Amino acid sequence: MPKDGEIKSGIGASSKRREDVRFLTGNGNYTDDINIRGQAYVFFLRSDVAHGTLNSVDTSAASAMPGVVQIFTGADFEAVGGIPCGWEVTDKHGQPMQEPKHPVLAHGKVRHVGEPIAAVVADSLEQARDAAEAIEVDISELPAVINMKDAFKEGATKVHDDLTSNLCYDWGFVEENKGAVEEAFKNAHHVTTLELVNNRLVANPMEPRVAIGDYARSDEQHTLYTTSQNPHVIRLLMGAFVLGIPEHKLRVVAPDVGGGFGTKIFHYQEEAFCTFAAKACNRPVKWTSSRSEAFMSDAHGRDHVTTIQLALDKDNNFTALRTDTLANMGAYLSTFASSVPTWLHGTLMAGNYKTPLIYVNVKAMFTNTVPVDAYRGAGRPEATYQIERVIDMAARELGADPVALRRQNYVTEFPYATPVAVEYDTGDYHATMDKLEEIADFTGFEARRKESEAKGKWRGLGINNYIEACGIAPSNLVGQLGARAGLYDAATVRVNATGSISVMVGAHSHGQGHETAFPQVVADMIGIDESQIDIVHGDTSKIPFGMGTYGSRSLAVCGSAMVRATEKIIAKAKKIAAHLLEASDTDIELKDGMFSVAGTDKSVAWGDVTLAAYVPHNYPLEEIEPGLEETAFYDPSNFTYPAGAYACEVEVDPDTGKVTIERFAAADDFGNVINPMIVSGQVHGGIAQGVGQALLEGCSYDEESGQLLTGSYMDYAMPRADDLPFYSVDHSCQTPCTHNPLGVKGCGEAGAIGSPPSVVNAVIDALNSGGKKVAHIDMPLTPDRVWNAINNA
Amino acid sequence: MYNFEFEKPSSIADAVAALGGDEAQALGGGQTLIPTLKQRLASPTTLVSLSNIPEMQGICTGDDGALCIGGATTHGAVASGAGAYPGLAALAGHIGDPAVRNRGTIGGSLANNDPSACYPAAALASGATLVTNTREIASDDYFVGMFETALEEGEIVTEVRFPIPQASHYEKFVQPASRFALVGVMVAKFADGVRVAITGASEEGVFRWAEAETALSVNFSPDALDGLTLDADNMIGDLHGSKEYRAHLCGVIAKRAVAKAA
Repeated sequence: MPKDGEIKSGIGASSKRREDVRFLTGNGNYTDDINIRGQAYVFFLRSDVAHGTLNSVDTSAASAMPGVVQIFTGADFEAVGGIPCGWEVTDKHGQPMQEPKHPVLAHGKVRHVGEPIAAVVADSLEQARDAAEAIEVDISELPAVINMKDAFKEGATKVHDDLTSNLCYDWGFVEENKGAVEEAFKNAHHVTTLELVNNRLVANPMEPRVAIGDYARSDEQHTLYTTSQNPHVIRLLMGAFVLGIPEHKLRVVAPDVGGGFGTKIFHYQEEAFCTFAAKACNRPVKWTSSRSEAFMSDAHGRDHVTTIQLALDKDNNFTALRTDTLANMGAYLSTFASSVPTWLHGTLMAGNYKTPLIYVNVKAMFTNTVPVDAYRGAGRPEATYQIERVIDMAARELGADPVALRRQNYVTEFPYATPVAVEYDTGDYHATMDKLEEIADFTGFEARRKESEAKGKWRGLGINNYIEACGIAPSNLVGQLGARAGLYDAATVRVNATGSISVMVGAHSHGQGHETAFPQVVADMIGIDESQIDIVHGDTSKIPFGMGTYGSRSLAVCGSAMVRATEKIIAKAKKIAAHLLEASDTDIELKDGMFSVAGTDKSVAWGDVTLAAYVPHNYPLEEIEPGLEETAFYDPSNFTYPAGAYACEVEVDPDTGKVTIERFAAADDFGNVINPMIVSGQVHGGIAQGVGQALLEGCSYDEESGQLLTGSYMDYAMPRADDLPFYSVDHSCQTPCTHNPLGVKGCGEAGAIGSPPSVVNAVIDALNSGGKKVAHIDMPLTPDRVWNAINNA
Repeated sequence: MYNFEFEKPSSIADAVAALGGDEAQALGGGQTLIPTLKQRLASPTTLVSLSNIPEMQGICTGDDGALCIGGATTHGAVASGAGAYPGLAALAGHIGDPAVRNRGTIGGSLANNDPSACYPAAALASGATLVTNTREIASDDYFVGMFETALEEGEIVTEVRFPIPQASHYEKFVQPASRFALVGVMVAKFADGVRVAITGASEEGVFRWAEAETALSVNFSPDALDGLTLDADNMIGDLHGSKEYRAHLCGVIAKRAVAKAA
C-alpha cells in the first residue's frame, strides 16, 4: 500500500479536515449558538434524593414569581408516552425483558439523583431558577438500591414497584451451549478464574446537551434543535412513541455537535419536554445543560461486574469460556441500554480466538442511578477487557508467554463462524501482532525495564488483541434479536448544473470528519476535485431518513449508500454523455472527470454533462429524465470486524503507586482507509478515553444515600494531554471488508476498546517484575489502588 | 448566581468600609468564590473586588530581607516575580492552570484556606507573616482548620511577608481529578532550623510535621526522615486516597521535597 502522504487527493489521501476551519476559529454553529426570537428558558428542578415517593409538588408560589411563563410537573405528561427503549431483549426463558415506564418528568416516585421533577419555563434562565427554588416538593425518602449485588438479593427494595424485581432480564447466550461448556470445564487441564469490574464512566463530551423546541402555530410545525448523533432516530422515537407528532410535522436539527461518544445517541426527556412546552407555551423553549446536570442526566457507560473463566487443555489451547455478568441499567432503560450488555457484548466473547465453546450469562439490574447506555465501544470494550485480562492471567499462571499463548489460539481461517452467533468475514491477527511487535519494539523492552529499575521504578509491558463488530447493522438480523429500528443508512447525491455536488447523508458528524472524508470517496469515483463536493447532514428536512452515527458505522453503512447513489449518478451521466458524443453508453468511460468513447479521442467534460442534465436542450428526454440526483439506501449483509493488537508500557512508582504510561502502540486492521490522518486521530482519541478508563475515570455513588460522589471535574478525573505519551499507531495491515463496496470496517471505537486491557496488563506485569504477586486490580488504577495492591501483596 | 451589588474600591480603606456592609463578601481572584456563586451556594448582597487596589499589588523586599507580596498579587505574578524565593515562585507556577494563575491571588487563597491548596503550605513552612488591614498574624497562629483562619469578619489579607530560606522546595502529589494537592509538602531550611508544612492530607487543614522538622534540622537529607510516620487517624480519607495512603504519602513526598530542596 502507498505510504501516508503519497496520495494527494481522493481515497487514501490525508486531506486536511475542512470542518476544522470553522471549529478552530470559533465559527461553529452549535445548538446553544441558536437563539430564536421570543425564546423562553427552561430550568429543570431535579431530585436530590436517589429514591423516594413523590407526595406532592406545589408550584403555586413559584408560578407567581417574576418572568414565569409556565411550570410543568409529571402530571402534565400523564397523557403522553414514556421515553422508549429501542431494543427488546428476550431472556433465557424466552420471556421479554421487564420494561418500566420512563416518564418525561417524575411521577409518583423519584428513582435517581438528577431525575427531573418539575420544569420551569421563564423569560430568563435566572428567573426560572429563582422560581424552581420556590417549588415545594414533598418526598418520602426510600432506601436506595445502588450496588447491583444488593439489587439482586431476595427482598431487595424495588426500584420499580410494578415490576416483579430489580432484574430487567437474565440472558443466556448461547443457552444451548451451556451444558457442553460445563462439560468442557470439567475436562479442562487448567481453569483461570477472574472477577473484575468494568467501571462506570461518564462520557463528558466537551459540549453539554442542549435542546430548543420551536412551534409554528400557523402550520402546526414542530422543530427541535438538539445535540444529537442521529436526528432521524430522535424524530422517530419522540414523534411516534412519546408525543404523538406526525413525522411530517416534526423537524429535528442536530447542527454542529461537540462530541457524542454514544451519550448523544439517545432520546432524552429534555428533548421531549422542550418540544412539548414550545407548543404548550406558544414560545420557543431552550434548555442548556450545565456540566453538573450533565453528570446526573447524561446516560453513563459500562458498569459491569463479571466473573470470567477460561478453560485450557494441556497444550494451552483454549477449550471453553464462560462468564457471569451483572450489568447496570440504572433507574430506567435508556434508548439502547438493553442491547449493550447482550448483543453488543455476548457476540464478541470469542475475541480473536477459536475457543470452541462459550457461554455468557448477563443479568441486567435496575438501580437508583442514572441510566446506563452505550459509550464509545458499547459492550465490545467490556468483552475485550474480560477476554484479554483472563488470557493474561492464564499466561501468568501457566508461565506461558502472553503473545505466544494468544497467537496459538488465533482464528486464522476466514470466514469464521464463532460459537457466539457472528461470522468474521476476514482478518489477519498474526499480521497485526507482527506489526505490533515491530512498532512497540518488544526486543528493546528488557533494556528499558533495566533503565526504569535503575531509577527505582518498575516497568511493565502489557499487550492485548481486540475485535469488534462495527458497521451496525444488518436490519433483518438485529430485528430478530429485538431491535425496534432498522439500521440501514441513506444518502442522496445531488449534482448541481455546473457539476458541483451536495451529498445529503443520514450519518451525523460530531468530530469524525465526515465533511472531509465523504467527499474524498465521491471525488475519487468521478475524478473531480474534493472541493467540488459538500456534505449536508444533521437536519431531517434536508437529508434522507438515515439512522445516524454510532457503532463505527458511518463510512461502512452510510458511505456505502453514498457509493451506491454515486454509481447511479455515474450510470445516468454516462447515458447523457453517450447522447452528447453520439455513442452507446456501454462504450463510455469516465476518468478524471472526463467522459470519453472507448478507443476514440471523443470526450466531454463532467461539467458539460451535468449542465446538459439541467439545461436539456440537446437531451434524450424520451429515454431519461432531466436532472442528476440519486438516492440510495444501504443495508449491510453483515457486521464489519475491525481488529488489532495493542501494547502499553508503564512505569510504576512503588513508593506512591503512581502509574505513568511510557509508550503506547496500536496496530489496527480497519480494512481500506479513506483518510489515514483522520483514522489516526480517531485512534488517538479512542486510546485517550481507554487510558482514561484504565487509570483515571470512575463514576462513583455513595452506596447508602445514592448521592453521586463524582459529580464534577473536581472528583471525576478526565484524561489530560500530559497523562498520555506520544502514540505509535499503524493501520497498514489491511484485510478489506468483503461485503461493503468500500472494503472499510470502521475505526471510531477501536482505541477505546483496545486500550484498557493493555494498560492493566502492563501494570500487573510491572508489579510482578517488582516481586509483588498481584493478580488483578480493578480500574481505574489510581495511585491509591495500586499502592494498596502493592502493600497487600 | 443570585443578584448582588458589585464594588471595586481602589484603596484598602475603601475596601474595608465596603466590607462593613451587610452580607458583603470580599472577592479576590474568584477561583473558588465564583463557581460557588454560580452554583447558588452563596448569596452575598455585595461583592467587594480587591483586584483594583494598587497597595495590595506586587512584590518587593522588606527591610528585614523578607519577600513582601501584596495580597491581591496573582499566582502568575508570583511565579514570574518571586525569583528571590525560588521555592515559592515554583509553587505558584504550578497552582492550577494558566487561567487560574492569572486570576487567583495569594490573599484569596490564604483567606479561603482550602485544605488542599498549595499556598498555605508555603506560608506555614516559611513562617510567613500575614498582614491584614488591622494587624500582623504569624502563620503559626493563622491557620485554624479546614477553611478556617484567624481572620475576623471583614478583615482582609493585604500582604504576606515571607522570610527567605536558605533552601526550600514544594513537592506536590496531585489528586488525579482536581489536581489540587492530594499531599503537598513544603520544606524550608533556615539558619535556625527546618520547617515542614503539609497540605492536602489532614482533616484539620495545613499542618507542621514537628518530628520531621527536628530530624531535618539535625540532618537536612531525605534519610533523616527514615522511620518517621504520621498518624493516619486525622488524615482525609476519600475516593482518591485512604487515610493510610495519605499518611504514607506524607513521608514519601517529604523526602522528595528535601531531596529537591535548593
